Amino acid sequence: MPDALTLSDLHVYHGDICAVRGLDMSCAEGAVTALLGRNGAGKTTTLSAIAGLLGTRQGHVELFGKALGGRKPEAICKLGVGLVPQGRRIFPSLTVQEHLAIAFRRPRHAAERVYDVAAMETLFPRLKERRRQLAGSMSGGEQQMLAIARALVTNPRVLLLDEPAEGLAQQIVAEVAEAISELKRAGLSILLVEHNLPLALRLADTCVILSSGEVVWRGAPHILANDSDLMAQHLGVH
Amino acid sequence: MTFWVSQSLNSLALGGLLFMLASGFSLIFGLMRVANLAHGALFMLGAYLGLAAVKAGLGFWAAALTSALLVGLLGGVMERTLLRRLAGRTLPQVLLTLGIAFIIADACLMLWGGDPMRLPAPPELSGAVRIGDAVFPRYRVFVIVASAAIALALWLLMERTRAGAMIRAAVDDVGMAQAIGISSSTLFTAVFCLGTALAGLGGVIGGPILSVYPSLDQDMLPLALLVVILGGAGSLAGAFVGAYAIGFIYTFGQVLVPDLAYVILFLPMVAVLSVAPQGLFGRRLG
Ligand SMILES: Nc1ncnc2c1ncn2[C@@H]1O[C@H](COP(=O)(O)OP(=O)(O)OP(=O)(O)O)[C@@H](O)[C@H]1O
Ligand SMILES: [Mg+2]
Repeated sequence: MPDALTLSDLHVYHGDICAVRGLDMSCAEGAVTALLGRNGAGKTTTLSAIAGLLGTRQGHVELFGKALGGRKPEAICKLGVGLVPQGRRIFPSLTVQEHLAIAFRRPRHAAERVYDVAAMETLFPRLKERRRQLAGSMSGGEQQMLAIARALVTNPRVLLLDEPAEGLAQQIVAEVAEAISELKRAGLSILLVEHNLPLALRLADTCVILSSGEVVWRGAPHILANDSDLMAQHLGVH
Repeated sequence: MTFWVSQSLNSLALGGLLFMLASGFSLIFGLMRVANLAHGALFMLGAYLGLAAVKAGLGFWAAALTSALLVGLLGGVMERTLLRRLAGRTLPQVLLTLGIAFIIADACLMLWGGDPMRLPAPPELSGAVRIGDAVFPRYRVFVIVASAAIALALWLLMERTRAGAMIRAAVDDVGMAQAIGISSSTLFTAVFCLGTALAGLGGVIGGPILSVYPSLDQDMLPLALLVVILGGAGSLAGAFVGAYAIGFIYTFGQVLVPDLAYVILFLPMVAVLSVAPQGLFGRRLG
């Protein structure tokens, strides 16, 4: 399968601090790639750089072979990168409906699936009930669903999910996980960052572990699941 | 009784003018985090341009429209060619807008001289109306109604259109707005044009009441800043409430206790800020 997203020798800085050092990785089309690692490993920094929210000083990002480097976030979004950021970053003063209206963009290529408002309300029936509610007054779970829906209606070719289960009640995590599985079944390419390891392992086709901005391991989820030393060393799981 | 009615109407008229000035200032600040200190100068430039257009033979309404468009255009050029180069650098940006304010003020002085001039109200709005026992200039009633109509139109734009939702989204979180495909560059220019055009329009509409003179900008800018600090930056509702509050406080302060007018103006601001540092309607802007 061709690669949906390729990062090569990526370096990303916060001021003078180098948070991602020479990252090489790729996400296969139609697969879920899990990016794992302890707090501060550089996962969010990587996703922000792909989306164009942070500048990169060295290295390349390619989306289906097209270079994204140096472009503005809005241009990267239009080329097909959808970001569900850590902490959700919904717009508190907009309603659910308005979030989807301003984000919606028809797919560039004639695609068999179009994520529009109706599709999002099927995927997350709760959003339908909350249509006219201000997003700032919704629960964390609903905000997370909205953040995912907002990224999906841009009709991305690759979806970046940064800790979609963070801070959510068990039952909501299950709902969000089910939605992600459904997107995967529909063939969407996904780059997933998630601290909930069982969830990440269940969804992922392949895993990459970061530590201090560098890749320390990559492989299949079932191999990682059976390697308790690896999990203890790089993910803090005992 | 008559005194209270007519001073209240004066307050509403001043409040309306302040809203035209402060709403644009507030939107620009909320969106771009730039305190546009040239806003008062653009208001004054609007008044002078309106006056020049009237002298050149244009009717009042055509003059108001022309002036608003020209000032809006100038605002857009300012944003595209100068402010944009300093994106994200607050202090240089503020200093730049201050410099532009001085240049505009000096240019006005050079072109139109130092004497105050009266911008005549359109003939159909001359004369007075009786409101209860009070006799009140018809033009001021128009200012009250027109500014309220502009406030309503702005509210509809911001709350009921897709473009308005995009602006609010970018005020909330500009990076995230970009990440869902909203072009911040287009939005910044559009809001700068709109906000400065409103200031220019306010200058023309205010001309017949305030008259047109070289330090008009210095009289208006502090009031607009007060409105925004009181109401909260980036919030249209805040600009609305703040503008009318300042309109009342300033008008009544000046007639009742002229010596303390400025103290009375700043006291409520200090009071509000000590309880609500973001202003009445403000959110914490990151
Ligand atoms: N805005 C910032 N300014 C300075 N340093 C930052 C900033 N954001 C992150 N960092 C630093 O960059 C490194 C990587 O942070 P990043 O947020 O990418 O980690 P992460 O893997 O997403 O962690 P977490 O699992 O806690 O979300 C950390 O050392 C962090 O302290
Ligand atoms: Mg993170």
